[in-house]
Amino acid sequence: MKALVTVMPKAGVLDPQGKAIGHALSSLGFAGVADVRAGKVIELELAETDPAKAKAAAEEMARKLLANTVIESFRVEVV
Amino acid sequence: MNAVIIVFPGTNRERDMAIALERASGRKPTLLFHRADALPAGTDLVVLPGGFSHGDYLRSGAMAAQSPIMQAVRDFAAKGGHVLGVCNGFQILTEAGLLPGALLRNATLRFLSMDCHMRVERSGTPYTAHWQKGAVFRAPMAHGDGNYFCDDETLARLNGEGLVAFRYSTPAGEITDAANRNGARQNIAGILSPNLRICGLMPHPEDLVDPLMGGTDGLPMFTSLVESLATA
Repeated sequence: MKALVTVMPKAGVLDPQGKAIGHALSSLGFAGVADVRAGKVIELELAETDPAKAKAAAEEMARKLLANTVIESFRVEVV
Repeated sequence: MNAVIIVFPGTNRERDMAIALERASGRKPTLLFHRADALPAGTDLVVLPGGFSHGDYLRSGAMAAQSPIMQAVRDFAAKGGHVLGVCNGFQILTEAGLLPGALLRNATLRFLSMDCHMRVERSGTPYTAHWQKGAVFRAPMAHGDGNYFCDDETLARLNGEGLVAFRYSTPAGEITDAANRNGARQNIAGILSPNLRICGLMPHPEDLVDPLMGGTDGLPMFTSLVESLATA
C-alpha cells in the first residue's frame, strides 16, 4: 500500500521559498494570497498491507530521515 | 596529529582541507571514503569537508548523515574525539545530531560565494586557541543552505554556555544584519559541542591558509588543532 508523507517547514521557521512563491503569485496578479508555505510530498510504496502498521512504519521513516524535526513537521496519510 | 577527512560522493573541498591540515601539522591527512565502517586506529581528528554530498538530495547533509562511516564518527565523538565540519560538513553534523540546530536555505534564496568576516566568540578551544576572543578573520563562503536555525531554548543554551564559536561580522567586528548574508539566527556562523571537541561552521578557513590563496586568516584554526591534539 501507498503512504504519502507530507513534510512542511514548522511554524516559525523561515520559509524563503514560500515567500518567493508568494511574491511571484502577487506579481502574476493573484490577489489575496496571505501566506505561502512550501514543503514536499514523499510517496512510499510499502509491502505492508495493514494500514495502521503501514502508517506507523512511515511515521518512523519520517522521524528518522524524511523530515528533520528540528525545522520540519510531517504528516502521514495511507492511501 | 592524525587527521582523517571523510569523502562522500559530491564532496569537493577535501583537497583544500588536506592542504590546510598538512600545512599546519606537517602530516598528510588520510582521505577515507564514506563506505568504510571504521576509522583508522589512532585517529585524532575527523573532518567532514565541504561540497554537495549526495547532490544535497532530500536536505543538505541528510543522506551523508546516514552513511556507513557516520556510525564510527558518532562513536568516535561519543568517546571524546575531535570532529570538525565545514560547510556541508556542518550540515552533516546537524543532520547526524552531533550538533544542535539546522542549516536552512539562505534567507535571500541566493547561493552566496564571497568572502565574509567572522568574529571569534570563544577562544581557548581546540579550534580557536590561536585567536583572541573578539578577533576578526576573513574566510571565503560558498553555500546555498547556510542560514543557521535553532529554537529559542537551544539558542539560549548556546549563548549561555559559550558554545557559539563564530559570528558573521563586519571587518571591524560589529555584529550587523548587513554582515549576516545568509540570515542566520544572531549571526551564528559556527558552533561548538558542550565538550568543545565538535565544531561546525559554514565558511571555509581551509581556503585561506597560504599567501598564495590571498591570505592566512584561516590558519589559526588548524594550528590551534595541531597544538591541542599534540598535547592531548
